[in-house]
Amino acid sequence: MAREIYQAIVDGVLVGGVYALMAVGLTLIFGVLDIINIAQGVLVILGAYLSYVLSTRLHIDLFVGLLVTVPAMFVIGVIIQWAFIRRLRGRERTSMTLLVTYAVALIIEGILYEIFGPNPKQLNASYVQSSVRIFGFYLSDIYLYGFALAVLMVVAIYLLLYRTTFGRSVRATMQDETAARLVGIDVNRVAALTFGVGVAVTAAGGMMFGATNSFNPNSGYDLISRLLAIVILGGLGSIGGALAASVFMLTVESLVDIWSPEWAIVVFYAALVIVLVIRPTGFFGRQPVRAQ
Amino acid sequence: MKADTVKAEEATARTRAASVSRQRVVAGLALIVLAVAAIEFPLVFSSPVVTNYAIYALIFVAAVSAWNLFSGFSGYISLGHAVFFGSGAYTVGIAARDWHVNGVAVFALLPLAAAVGAVIAVPFGLVALRVRRHTFIVITIAVFFIFQLMAYNFSFTGGSVGVSAPFLPWSPTSFNDHFYYITLACAAGTIVIAFLIRRARFGLQLRAIRDDEDRARGLGVHAMRVKLSAFVLSGTITALVGGVWFLYLTQVQPPSGFDPLFDLSLVLMAFLGGLGTIAGPVLGALIIEPGQLYLTIKYTNGYLSEILLGVLFLVIVLFVPRGLVPTAGEWIRRLRTRGRPASGTVSPATSAPPAPPEASEAPAREARTT
Repeated sequence: MAREIYQAIVDGVLVGGVYALMAVGLTLIFGVLDIINIAQGVLVILGAYLSYVLSTRLHIDLFVGLLVTVPAMFVIGVIIQWAFIRRLRGRERTSMTLLVTYAVALIIEGILYEIFGPNPKQLNASYVQSSVRIFGFYLSDIYLYGFALAVLMVVAIYLLLYRTTFGRSVRATMQDETAARLVGIDVNRVAALTFGVGVAVTAAGGMMFGATNSFNPNSGYDLISRLLAIVILGGLGSIGGALAASVFMLTVESLVDIWSPEWAIVVFYAALVIVLVIRPTGFFGRQPVRAQ
Repeated sequence: MKADTVKAEEATARTRAASVSRQRVVAGLALIVLAVAAIEFPLVFSSPVVTNYAIYALIFVAAVSAWNLFSGFSGYISLGHAVFFGSGAYTVGIAARDWHVNGVAVFALLPLAAAVGAVIAVPFGLVALRVRRHTFIVITIAVFFIFQLMAYNFSFTGGSVGVSAPFLPWSPTSFNDHFYYITLACAAGTIVIAFLIRRARFGLQLRAIRDDEDRARGLGVHAMRVKLSAFVLSGTITALVGGVWFLYLTQVQPPSGFDPLFDLSLVLMAFLGGLGTIAGPVLGALIIEPGQLYLTIKYTNGYLSEILLGVLFLVIVLFVPRGLVPTAGEWIRRLRTRGRPASGTVSPATSAPPAPPEASEAPAREARTT
């Protein structure tokens, strides 16, 4: 029993790393643009399908393929922001952006259905099936690589935010958009690029998700609800919170999974509700949600 | 000079009053015509194919009006109303199965469905209404998923097989007509409730919360009590409608009872017609639901209808963001104010100018609320 628990914790942490990758994009977009990108889930699936096409048609390795899919998703993100989200203003902006991103999700999902059909797919490579034994724990290679990739990308985002001029303008915009505008930051450009970066990480997240789960165009809904739970739990707009919350949530799910796989997902959402009853701002909320 | 202004004001007041009462008469007549048309509808279009469209449209008219009287008035966008819809459906199904209720008696279970909706709405609201904006929306989604998963996992809900309704002893030819009038009654009842709330102090408090909750609290609105009451009322009606829907469809499974697209459709309908108005969501439901049903029946795989739904969404939000009814009201008002001074029906005094927009605003407001 103790062994199972340790194994579950290790699994939870590794899977949590992959979710962290997707959740960081979502929380970054929220922090800068003050919107929730409902399309994030289906964009992850789109990333998975891009990797699928590259690996089955062109026989490009999954990780090498990221060199193509990450920039591609970045461009898609910038286009979505430029075409639809930039125009929204006014009092109903919150619900409007929600609807717009939901609409984008529906359109992408429909197109994926038209192209790939409803049958589930899974990404395959030599390291997807294999596993290694470390200290008596069986760790599948793909999760180890994925965790390493997640750490790498999160570090890259951290460096981008805290060591570059662009990052400084992003953080300034997160803190106070009007003030950022006043000191000469092109807020629209920052918003577009941030949306691009937030979507670009879904390419990596999608590749990992596709390699560890079977997916079809409909998988985005389950994913977005989990990601939303994670970023709310971590505190909207907090990157560290997103990391902590994904590891925490996935570990909880993994632990409950030993006892009952059916109820594991219920516990996932119930954990969110319970935490928010006690702490409405989540773990690392920037400001009280009540005051918004 | 003074007497002149007074006389002029009296004149404008009289024309204003006359135009308001004329507006009322027109609106009343229109309502009567609408009611007669709605009642006569199945007699004219007796084909079950047509009444099927009408029944689904009316179910959604009732559901979206119930959604709107909470979300539209208070500004708290709920994406979890399928919780009530599905719970209502399951309540009727499970109660009928376990208590061996047969025949027309199953309709006696509808109040139970409503009660279950209310019982669920109280804790749901107490938790979710503590937070605002994005977080509220996400909590409603989370609760929604918890309910869907519970429906899958519990044994008394029948798992993924779901629950079937008892057989109704109605002939196939009159089956749809019965349901048409039941759903019509639900829709009309919900619209009347929403209308009364919008005009009452309660509705005003809800809209004050939407505009600025902190200020509303500062002005003495018991925000939590008001929000929760609206949420519970909305959930109760939605559960009742869910029960009717279940009896019409005769079965419910977890993904159909707790359907994320249900919530999405409600939001889309309300936004298309005009969030927070009475006529808007009704209009939205009457446009979208038959369209969606038609596309689903025509293209059985449903992917094209999904893309079209998404495109429609984008078009509405980007080009008619305030909804059809408020936008149309604006156009009518603009047309009138442009026509009024030229026609010279208002008093010739110089004090008149501020009057026309006011005079024409009142009927426009009237038109929006009906």
